[in-house]
Amino acid sequence: MFRDTDELRMLKETVYRAAKERIGPLAAMIDEQGTFNRDVEALCWDLGLMTLSLPPEYGGLERDTGTALCIAVEEIAKFCASSAVLLIIQAVGSFPIVHGASAEIRNDILSRIRDRRELVAYLVTEPTAGSDVAALKTSAVRDGNEYILSGAKCFATNGGVASLYSVLARTSKGKGGRGLSFFLVERDSNGLSIGRTENKLGMRGSNTTEVFLDEVRVPARNLLGVEGEGFVIAMKDFDMSRPAVAAQALGIAQGAFDEMVRYASERRSFGKPIAEHQLIQAIIADSATLIEASRGLVYRAAALYDQGKSNTKLASMAKCFAGDAAMKIATDAVQVLGGYGYMKDFKVERMFRDAKLTQIFEGTNQIQRLVIAREILKETGAS
Amino acid sequence: MFALDEEQRMILDTVRKIADREIAPRAAELDETGEFPWYAVETFADNGLLNALLPVRYGGVETSLLLFSMTIETIARFCASSALLLIAQADGTLPLLHGGSEALNERYLNRLSGDSRMLTAIAATEPSAGSDVLSMRTKAVRTGTGYAINGQKCFITNGSVADFFVLYAYTDREKQAHGISAFVVEKGTPGLVYGKNENKMGMRGSINSELFFEDMEVPEANLIGPEGAGFANLMKTLSMSRLFCASQAVGIAQGALDEAVKYAGERIQFGKPIAALSPIQFMIADMAAGVESSRLLTYKAASLFDRGDYRHAGTMAALAKFTASDTAMKVTTDAVQILGGYGYMKDYPVERMMRDAKLTQIYTGTNQIMRMVAGRVILNSP
Repeated sequence: MFRDTDELRMLKETVYRAAKERIGPLAAMIDEQGTFNRDVEALCWDLGLMTLSLPPEYGGLERDTGTALCIAVEEIAKFCASSAVLLIIQAVGSFPIVHGASAEIRNDILSRIRDRRELVAYLVTEPTAGSDVAALKTSAVRDGNEYILSGAKCFATNGGVASLYSVLARTSKGKGGRGLSFFLVERDSNGLSIGRTENKLGMRGSNTTEVFLDEVRVPARNLLGVEGEGFVIAMKDFDMSRPAVAAQALGIAQGAFDEMVRYASERRSFGKPIAEHQLIQAIIADSATLIEASRGLVYRAAALYDQGKSNTKLASMAKCFAGDAAMKIATDAVQVLGGYGYMKDFKVERMFRDAKLTQIFEGTNQIQRLVIAREILKETGAS
Repeated sequence: MFALDEEQRMILDTVRKIADREIAPRAAELDETGEFPWYAVETFADNGLLNALLPVRYGGVETSLLLFSMTIETIARFCASSALLLIAQADGTLPLLHGGSEALNERYLNRLSGDSRMLTAIAATEPSAGSDVLSMRTKAVRTGTGYAINGQKCFITNGSVADFFVLYAYTDREKQAHGISAFVVEKGTPGLVYGKNENKMGMRGSINSELFFEDMEVPEANLIGPEGAGFANLMKTLSMSRLFCASQAVGIAQGALDEAVKYAGERIQFGKPIAALSPIQFMIADMAAGVESSRLLTYKAASLFDRGDYRHAGTMAALAKFTASDTAMKVTTDAVQILGGYGYMKDYPVERMMRDAKLTQIYTGTNQIMRMVAGRVILNSP
């Protein structure tokens, strides 16, 4: 870790123990049932993990919030990646509120999150606007002291269980990314409805839904930030969330690696543990190297964020590298476990399925590469 | 280069039609329910595909291995589980073709003739004997009239649905590779107990069973070849089975590539189809290169078998197996990537293909074993 304090070390130890003892044993069931687990959610609230990134008076840390979020996400993802998503989305959804809510609503909303343990979902992606955020169509039209929001959002994590939504909508046409604004929308607003819950390859304990907005009226004070600032807020949110997704990938990779090494030490073939076969040793060595490199990137990106320095390049590097590493390591872990690894009785097949999402969400790894290159070209003055 | 004659082309044409009409439309449902595809058994049997390799004298079609490879590939392009049915059936037939006496073969292989729905399987793997076959513990002890067999097998494809299967067991453990023998075991034999069917990540339309043998009596006439010939018999079967696995992997990869190409042409982002974006074009090019090179290796291995050059064919099949399955894993993972969030959802077939692809790196000899086998032969070491 690039930030190393007693507080962070204690956090790591506490979350690790809770994840191992109380979340790990539920992970297979959560995956099989494919439903959001309220016990895990309650545990995360109890441990203060759901408010880590809020201002201190609302339960957040005084400093190092980016690093703390990564630590908590990594430790939980070692045992249950679905549960780790919960923390990421709560932080991502809260971000536009923390950084954009008007004085009129800020205290009220953040107090509700702290006291009533409300979940915040982040509604940006639309069926035809994924990587291309600027193409989103959900509209927000001013009408007196209100905005009227209409549109369809998809792949919304916690869409069906959140009570608050940070919604990105278009406030002016023809301006691309500069015509977008964030709004705080309440779940019980008239015209808001939850569509179907997605049936996913992995992360099955995470709730992913469609959310429809049909002329939803929102008070003007619920505008987060100023009009047209939505895209900028979303990009800043990424600076926090991408290291966290990278930390999740890192946790999955570490979890799969631990299973791989344990099995390799126990499983015997040709008269010795397979861990003594050089082919297996090469897999273990490559996996460990990727994990260490991922960890360096994750915590460096988080430390820059905590120091208030630009971390866009490092955040994308961490997300891209750790996601690809997690996919490779989980695939290899199934390989080392052989036929057993392919069966649902062992954890690695779930980790394999979970890992794939880390290459896709919070910006596909193809988009991350473009971001990295753009940042480098900016630094060198080439563009 | 790997030309088919008129008749073979017609057969492959039929396979494609079956894949389109009967197999593809039910692939998602088969994966979801995880039930055994009896409809595929019917269709394959009615069209002479279930026992494509069976010699004409036993009432089969006796296709070339090249055509059989292409058949597996064509089915796997749409449903890998259904392709595995064809593979398991071939695996259960080959040990008899390679080592069974005429009398034994007439008794069993004739049952597979024509449009027979009978299923076979091959049972070698045990909980503590996967890659390391010689660690098997199942034991066959001579009795007055045959053998009493005790032990267990696991992950046996079609194990609990097979009407008869080929079982490998030690008749003399001291002799190691020369102490393993192969037997034909019929469903319903007293002492044959079925354990659980596995709950798998992918290939969910294929059954993998545990089999237990409790003083199971098998008549002497069911011994395939002489005592102690089992290991060589198994190796010969596995060297061909690698080819089938490679063919299946090529099919899975091609299917995923098809889906990625289709989606990339339709999905609009940044004002144009994502197919117009260089990163997507590069991924598609790499995927296509992987599929084509795997296919060529696989067809070459098949052709070597058809020419009777077993030594080179076995090595080529090992190269094809790990190349094609590693390619299938990469191509399917990338196909999910190109479909993005949609690819991760069960509404699209690529996530299933990705789960299915993983098994091809593992079964019928892990890719680590394949590299070892091929490396040793190439280096001419023992």
